[in-house]
Amino acid sequence: MITEIAPAPERVADEPVRPGGRRRAWDEVPRWQIYVPLTGYLVFTLVPFYWILLFALRPAGSTSLVPWPMTSEHFEKVWTERSFGTYFANSVYVGLATLVLTTVVALAGGYALARFDFRLKRGFLLALLCSQFVPGALLLVPLFQIFARLSMINSLGSVVIAETVFQLPLSMILISGFIRNVPYSLEEAAWVDGCNRFTAFRIVVLPLLRPGLIAVGSFAFVHAWNHFLFALMFLSDPGKQTIPVGLNTLMSADSVDLGALAAGGIVAAVPVVIVFAFIQKWLITGFSAGAVKG
Amino acid sequence: MAQAAAVAKPAAPPRRRRASATPRRLPYLLIAPAGLLMLGFIAYPVLSVFYYSLQDYNPTKPWRNGFAGLGNFTRAFAHDPQFRDTLTFSAQWVVVEVGLQLLFGLALALIVNQTFAGRALGRALVFSPWAVSGVLTSAIWVLLYNSQTGITRYLADAGLGSYGTSWLSDTSTVFPAAVVADLWRGVPFFAILILADLQSVSRDLYEAAEVDGASRLKQFWHITLPHLKDAVVLSTLLRAVWEFNNVDLLYTLTGGGPAGETTTLPLYIANTSVDAHDFGYASALTTVAFVILLFCSIVYLRLSKFGGDSK
Repeated sequence: MITEIAPAPERVADEPVRPGGRRRAWDEVPRWQIYVPLTGYLVFTLVPFYWILLFALRPAGSTSLVPWPMTSEHFEKVWTERSFGTYFANSVYVGLATLVLTTVVALAGGYALARFDFRLKRGFLLALLCSQFVPGALLLVPLFQIFARLSMINSLGSVVIAETVFQLPLSMILISGFIRNVPYSLEEAAWVDGCNRFTAFRIVVLPLLRPGLIAVGSFAFVHAWNHFLFALMFLSDPGKQTIPVGLNTLMSADSVDLGALAAGGIVAAVPVVIVFAFIQKWLITGFSAGAVKG
Repeated sequence: MAQAAAVAKPAAPPRRRRASATPRRLPYLLIAPAGLLMLGFIAYPVLSVFYYSLQDYNPTKPWRNGFAGLGNFTRAFAHDPQFRDTLTFSAQWVVVEVGLQLLFGLALALIVNQTFAGRALGRALVFSPWAVSGVLTSAIWVLLYNSQTGITRYLADAGLGSYGTSWLSDTSTVFPAAVVADLWRGVPFFAILILADLQSVSRDLYEAAEVDGASRLKQFWHITLPHLKDAVVLSTLLRAVWEFNNVDLLYTLTGGGPAGETTTLPLYIANTSVDAHDFGYASALTTVAFVILLFCSIVYLRLSKFGGDSK
């Protein structure tokens, strides 16, 4: 597995210089076969983004196709009047708490799955797989009852727990794959040098897991940031709502304020776009390093 | 939150048994936090759904609560045409979405796996909608589809179609309109996973194939596709389950309308439990959904002989 996967990132790198030309046929894909479909798809991808920018930046009532003159009226309105400032803070809290909780719990569980044979292992793995088929949306009612019993309705903690629980199985499977890719002998060598299991893990294994953990963590963050249904159900207090719920409120109004909706959408998108621009390189290597291959 | 964090504590192994082979309790301590969370917030709710599916349970009509036997199930299959409609629509939605996403995702992955000028930027842009949430996707496409200032207005300006067309409120256009909106953010998911897997194909195989004079199409068919098989099988399955269960987009984009035209089974269940408070019946429908998902997944994994050649 390791031998198969490890060299992948080098192949990813562009290979501009190719002496000899033995691989010419592979590179000989005609340029138009790349650029024509790619451009077509990019139009489909980018027009919607342009559309929302357009609506967010042009003054209300304008039908111009360029956002000029530019205005920030929609952003001011959405941030204060529609309390997106509060929603933003709530969403950040939910996202970060889910990230930390998911990563820590999945790291512990993933390590156990990767490094030990124990009697409940098969059963536990089976439970992880089965949980992938359990739709959170269908458990809304019992989950609501549980959180009501714990008096956690209208507390952001309920959403954090619900998001974490549904992130855990996949995160744990992914992380155990990453850990398995780190040779056990490295850890054993550290034990010989006097480290205990925990220090050996922290010093030797953890740094090697960085790309994988970044992938899993950002996944958890983005998921929690984006997810709508739990927040809609468990947080009815307007001061506790998150950005997706705020967007839904804007959309379900009788006459939709399109400018405000567009500005709210951009507020919702910016953090996610930044996270992904930042981690994209890690993401691909992280996934190829153990994800789908199991 | 605070409690859950405290639960995570035992993750640190017992200090005194340093570096011993396998302390017997350590793996259990390590999986305990995850296990407890999943027991409490997945297993227990699932069991309670099974329990309530055999009950009449409606908090607004307590006088009728009690054991119902299989009553909820007969009601679903024999007396509820809406259930059958939502089931059909769910199947249609999942098959169309996953099929098209896989097709476009594969094509895109093959394209951006080539070496060409501007590849990094091309990749970033192509993948960008992936991170966009269902609700935000809805918001964007509501802006695009709205009848006054949406894309139809500009199409009408250019002589295509008529003014004031609203694709989302017309029963004949709402399905393709919703499909396109969901494709927009679903295709990158497949493109990313397939691209990741493409990068682990050994180059030597292609070189060997070239020496043997195999065409690019042949190389794709005999080297690339078999290599991608497991990843494709797994990601289509996960995506199908996800598309079946996900209600964010349709809930916010169409609300299941017009006239129930785009109501999936989970959306119907949510309405039954949240609006009608008919928890017993909603639980029975949930149970049916579980069984269908499980059955389809097993059949799918069997048919595709998942993991068959790797062992």
